[in-house]
Amino acid sequence: MDKKIVLLKDTSIGAADKTKEYYSLILNLLRDQNLQDSVQVVRVADIGFYDQGLVLKILPGQVTYGRVQESDLLPVITETIQGNKVLDRLALEPNEKQLRIVLRNCGQIDPENFDDYIAADGYAALKKVITEYKPEQVIEQLKASGLRGRGGAGYPTWMKWNFARQVKAEQKYIVCNGDEGDPGAYMDRSVLEGDPHSVIEGMMIGAYAIGASQGYFYIRAEYPLAVERIQKAIAQAYEYGLLGKNILGTDFSFDVEIRLGAGAFVCGEETALLASIEGKRGTPQPRPPYPSIKGLWGKPTVINNVETLANIPVILLKGGAWFGKIGTEKSKGTKVFALTGKIKNSGLIEVPMGTTIRDIVYHIGGGMLASKGIKAVQTGGPSGGVIPKEFLDEPVDYENLQKLGSIMGSGGMIVMDEDDCLVDIAKFYLKFCVEESCGKCAPCRIGGFQMLSLLENITSGKGTASDLAKMRRIALAMQKASLCGLGQTASNPVLSTLKYFAAEYKSHIEDKKCVAGKCRYLLNYQIIPEKCKKCGLCLTNCVFGAITGNREQGYILDPAKCTKCGRCYEVCKFKAINKG
Amino acid sequence: MIPAKTKPISKETQSKLKKVGEYLETSPRLKDQQGQLMGALHYVQTLFGYLPQEAMEYISEKLSIPTAHIYGMATFYNYFSLQPKAKYQIYLCKGTACYVAGGARIQERLKEELKIGLGETTPDGMFGWNITRCLGCCGLSPVMQVNEDIYVRMVPEKIPAILEKYRRQDKKAAKVKEAGIGAFDHPGK
Ligand SMILES: Cc1cc2nc3c(=O)[nH]c(=O)nc-3n(C[C@H](O)[C@H](O)[C@H](O)COP(=O)(O)O)c2cc1C
Ligand code: SF4
Ligand code: SF4
Ligand code: FES
Repeated sequence: MDKKIVLLKDTSIGAADKTKEYYSLILNLLRDQNLQDSVQVVRVADIGFYDQGLVLKILPGQVTYGRVQESDLLPVITETIQGNKVLDRLALEPNEKQLRIVLRNCGQIDPENFDDYIAADGYAALKKVITEYKPEQVIEQLKASGLRGRGGAGYPTWMKWNFARQVKAEQKYIVCNGDEGDPGAYMDRSVLEGDPHSVIEGMMIGAYAIGASQGYFYIRAEYPLAVERIQKAIAQAYEYGLLGKNILGTDFSFDVEIRLGAGAFVCGEETALLASIEGKRGTPQPRPPYPSIKGLWGKPTVINNVETLANIPVILLKGGAWFGKIGTEKSKGTKVFALTGKIKNSGLIEVPMGTTIRDIVYHIGGGMLASKGIKAVQTGGPSGGVIPKEFLDEPVDYENLQKLGSIMGSGGMIVMDEDDCLVDIAKFYLKFCVEESCGKCAPCRIGGFQMLSLLENITSGKGTASDLAKMRRIALAMQKASLCGLGQTASNPVLSTLKYFAAEYKSHIEDKKCVAGKCRYLLNYQIIPEKCKKCGLCLTNCVFGAITGNREQGYILDPAKCTKCGRCYEVCKFKAINKG
Repeated sequence: MIPAKTKPISKETQSKLKKVGEYLETSPRLKDQQGQLMGALHYVQTLFGYLPQEAMEYISEKLSIPTAHIYGMATFYNYFSLQPKAKYQIYLCKGTACYVAGGARIQERLKEELKIGLGETTPDGMFGWNITRCLGCCGLSPVMQVNEDIYVRMVPEKIPAILEKYRRQDKKAAKVKEAGIGAFDHPGK
């Protein structure tokens, strides 16, 4: 095996993506060296490094080079690819706090190459399961592993499978939930794009365990590359006899199809998702009956998240007990997070359950972006909450995050500093839920709207002392009376910010001040005459006519005309405009 | 409301409708005709760039599903649009990271420059804007996408120049076309 693969990703921050350009450059050089047939170049979504400029990973051998410049390409090809020599000046050290189970193959293999997946122990777990295990044994392994659903709720996967297994029905279904709703998460997409076969394999093992003969991938239409990669992988699996009738000579038969989502967050909820597959508007249904008893077209159906399924092959291959040793008492294995916000290295990370927030922010994330201090970390997206900096040393797992008033969710993790206003953040998440509410039930539809208008009032200086109590009351009604998880959890960001940052709400309401300087209508702009160099730039930029004056006498800002757009503040090169 | 039909169906539309017919015949019947509907709507959206009334009526007839249901589907799902797409479709990321990094101000400025609301198209058909969920480049937020081009670390001040770039590009393409070279077609996506 002398074929080499070069994986490519531009990890720079704040510059245009150069991947395309480098892709062509490398191909050209390979052609010059007559290597085009023995070296393959692949552009990948995630390579495990961040802010390291253009990163190249060369397989096999696993050398990773960072900050690669155009002039480095030829030496990389002649010395490393041809001569197997590592160029120390470019080599990157891997990050040791992470543990890659779900992302084990992402950025390590060519996702479109079937042989690559096979070489990485691909379909070995499936083979073992369908030739050696009874369905009950698969479920036992999962029970020992302690794996819980990664789609948000954290329900034990073995229990879900076991319910569906025990129901007698001539037709059962398994569905992969690739609707990825959290507005700040993209791990499911990266797994679908970077390692499609492992999700298919996980789904097949699930199908075998519950007795399903048909599977569906429900993927957002906004992820065309993920759809394409899954499509290719399914075709390859059929070609190699891993899908279809009598797989590997056993009695197990299984078919898979793809269904596209169409941009509705609520379709990530399992009953809505099933309605959408059936060709209806994606609105949730009351549960019970649970889908594992009565799901797609009334048949028992298991719905699992992408990340959950990607864990399955490894668990079956290495054993449930092995997996059960990773993590904390009740949360096993690893979790992938989309780490972003005011942090140096944004990107996808995978850590063992129980890693502390501090380790994530400071070791993996590289610390805060600016000199501003950390204020809080948000997890769980629109259904989650904030964790203030006092709790940085808390370990991250299902129970602990819940105890702190947040949730694990699907894995968004946003680090915020003193410049972020938590009232504003709460408003952002609530607005998202209000926009995405399907409108089927009143507590969510009306409650969400009312609560949002209270928040709009508070952030624009019209809040009153009774607003906070009103919001708490609405939140309670929404939690108790909404039909689906969207409405039940939509108030979480508000409640959790109220819990830890009540003072911030108070200063918005009583002093009409936003200390973080985020809430536009609470800001006042002023020209500081001592700093003003009378350049007049603010005057030309204020399209609202709020600034008057001339180069001799200087400039005056009329607060009555000012719309607080902030443009003058941004253009002034002498920081002569004060915002506060 | 669906506007009343005014124009007769053009040749182009007719030939596209034929393709839809072929698709319906060859695509697997997912359990029942209703199960086929989502796939059909996606097909039409890709083919036309939106869901024209003719196509919805055509599907209704072929699959014996009431137009009211099809219209209900088309309006429920954000991905389907009832209006033709602009030549340059702009997407602003409304993901969390982009918001924290100041995405709201980009939206404001864009709205101001284009003088159209969310989901609308400029009268000349050049620009339309919409929001999209996390584009997966949070580390480079805020992010804006114009057709296939991604702009990262956006600030409002960059917007006029970006729009101008596409206007120029469009003029150039039109000139090339006039000269008969015709290699710059924008088939839309
Ligand atoms: C409003 C709402 C949105 C959801 N979005 C998603 C999603 O995008 N992806 C996902 O896997 N689960 C989502 N879920 C959770 C699913 O309903 C379901 O619990 C999950 O897919 C089960 O898979 P798991 O057991 O593997 O976690 C959502 C739930 C709600 C209430
Ligand atoms: S809680 Fe909201 S999203 Fe869920 S069913 Fe009710 S209205 Fe629809
Ligand atoms: S904030 Fe905007 S409206 Fe107010 S003075 Fe500055 S430029 Fe003019
Ligand atoms: S939040 Fe905008 S790219 Fe992720």
